[in-house]
Amino acid sequence: MRTVSKYVFLDLLKNRSILVYTAVLAVLSFTLLGLDGGSAKGLLSLLNITLLFVPVITTLFSAIYFFNSLEFIELLLSQPVKRTRILLSEYGGMALSLSAAFVVGVGFPLTVMLPVTASFVLIITGVLLTFIFTSLGLLIFVLSRDKTRGIGAAIIVSLFFTLLFDGLMMAFIFTFSDYPIDRAVVAMVGLNPVDLARILMLLQLDVAVLMGYSGALFKEFLGSSTGSLYAVGCLGLWTVVPLWLALRIFRRKDL
Amino acid sequence: MTLFRSILLLLLLPMGLSATVIRTGPGSLLQHALDRARPGDTVIVAPGHYLQHEIVIRTPITLIGENFPVFDGENKYQLFVIAASGVCMQGITVQNTGRSSMIDMAGIRLQNAARVRVSNCKVLNTTYGIYLQNSKYCVIENNEIRSSATDELQAGNGVHAWKSDSLLIRDNNISGHRDGIYFEFVTGSAIIGNVSTNNVRYGLHFMFSHNDGYSRNTFRHNGAGVAVMYSKKVIMTGNTFSEHWGDASYGILLKDISDSRIEHNTFARNTMGVYMEGSSRIHIARNTFSANGWAMRVQASCEGNTIETNNFLDNSFDVATNGTLMLNAWRNNYWDKYEGYDLDRDGTGDVPYHPVSVYSILSERIPSTMILYRSFLTNIVDQAEKIMPSIIPDQLRDDSPQTKKWKL
Repeated sequence: MRTVSKYVFLDLLKNRSILVYTAVLAVLSFTLLGLDGGSAKGLLSLLNITLLFVPVITTLFSAIYFFNSLEFIELLLSQPVKRTRILLSEYGGMALSLSAAFVVGVGFPLTVMLPVTASFVLIITGVLLTFIFTSLGLLIFVLSRDKTRGIGAAIIVSLFFTLLFDGLMMAFIFTFSDYPIDRAVVAMVGLNPVDLARILMLLQLDVAVLMGYSGALFKEFLGSSTGSLYAVGCLGLWTVVPLWLALRIFRRKDL
Repeated sequence: MTLFRSILLLLLLPMGLSATVIRTGPGSLLQHALDRARPGDTVIVAPGHYLQHEIVIRTPITLIGENFPVFDGENKYQLFVIAASGVCMQGITVQNTGRSSMIDMAGIRLQNAARVRVSNCKVLNTTYGIYLQNSKYCVIENNEIRSSATDELQAGNGVHAWKSDSLLIRDNNISGHRDGIYFEFVTGSAIIGNVSTNNVRYGLHFMFSHNDGYSRNTFRHNGAGVAVMYSKKVIMTGNTFSEHWGDASYGILLKDISDSRIEHNTFARNTMGVYMEGSSRIHIARNTFSANGWAMRVQASCEGNTIETNNFLDNSFDVATNGTLMLNAWRNNYWDKYEGYDLDRDGTGDVPYHPVSVYSILSERIPSTMILYRSFLTNIVDQAEKIMPSIIPDQLRDDSPQTKKWKL
């Protein structure tokens, strides 16, 4: 299992797309952080970039890569190795190399130029998002029959989580604003890993303003460590559940 | 110079001759020693634990504690009452006063006194720490005033001044009371260099107190930093307000005050930096607002205030208000969220800045929307509103925002 992971990992490190991804992230991070002399403003722009780029690029890239290595996977399957092991090692190599790209591209500039707690939270959320959207990419790969459909699904899924979901949620909040919807809203946020990641950062950057609102949502959820724990827990589930589903489906799949 | 010295000596001589030093220890009653003392005497209290209370000083003497003798009120009694002018008290620990709803139990009470100095004392676990009542020209300095109040109704204030004039409250360390320092009908007084932290209600509280000033104080983690209410001509300079968190927490709360100045202060990490209601003709300049929830909240009932040359950095929201009417002048502030341009390079942006963001208005109407704050969608909403303002109050704007941060 480790050999396959290592092979995938090393293969991806040499991949041009990953290198470009790393370089773009690094250039963006250095310019944004350099512009404002190390204030929270640069961090906020980086947060926006992380929340938009990481899901889209991770899902698309991992789905495409899995489809491209279909023949390699089929070759491995002819060997006496378990199916789940092969898929897990493919996933491991993929997630690790994309995380490495993120850590080098965003994490390194942040630790050098703005070493505060919020920066480290941003790095951790970025890595978590990478793991989550890689497992979603894997799920898409396992579910769809051909490459074109798979890529289409990857685009839809990533755009759904980055843009569409928030729009639906805002519509929900405005429509039912006269009702006690605080708990429903918190539950809904759990359905979107991008929102969870954003809330983790919100709790770092905007505690002062969150404490200014009255109501159970802000007192119990956002005003204490419960919020962070809930967000991290949900993000963990978001990594494990799609991966587990993908493994289950792949075990029975007729290739 | 020699002549001056000899005149000074001649003047001081009779005092030196008549004044005696009285020493007293835990074995005897301090009250007896105080009653024996003549004006100008010095009473020195030896170290030890004194279970003596309701000690009244009726003559102008100097009371000095050696190595902080402890006077303990056993949670039942009051401790010192200074009822004479010209008393000087220093180096004494006063602790554990009683708690009563009939009388305000105080560690050290000044009654109708003038020219009293209380310095280097420790006032621990008292309902009211130092209580000034109808007193003038008094100095309270370098005291450590600590308690551990948990609710507003049971607790008292660290330094409480009522109907007094010309006080100097300097370099005290006050924590854990209802209000750190409380002024009611106090005029012409100065509060300088104090540290007021962890008080249940306010770090410093003004009621009907005119012509006062406070500067270089630090207010941290109180219910709210400073509340200035129903007062005129209060000067607030060089103070630091930080970490006042909660739904009614402010750095400064201004209610019905006028003709005052707020300058060179730092507001950091408060839920709300400055809250203004019914206030007029206040000059707010050269302050730094950083990492607050809201830097300022200016209600529509304020008029004639000038807010200029301040720095607004990393605040979640810059300004909030409750209406569309705005009778205050905003100019030459630096806003880190300003995105305009400066074609003529004079350091002043060419497009006005609207400090009220649309999301602060939305989230006030429906607090739940705060959960979507800083998402991609809300950024789009903010940008759209900047291009075509329809919700934000158009009158509240800075026509000459700075493009460079002020060096304050």
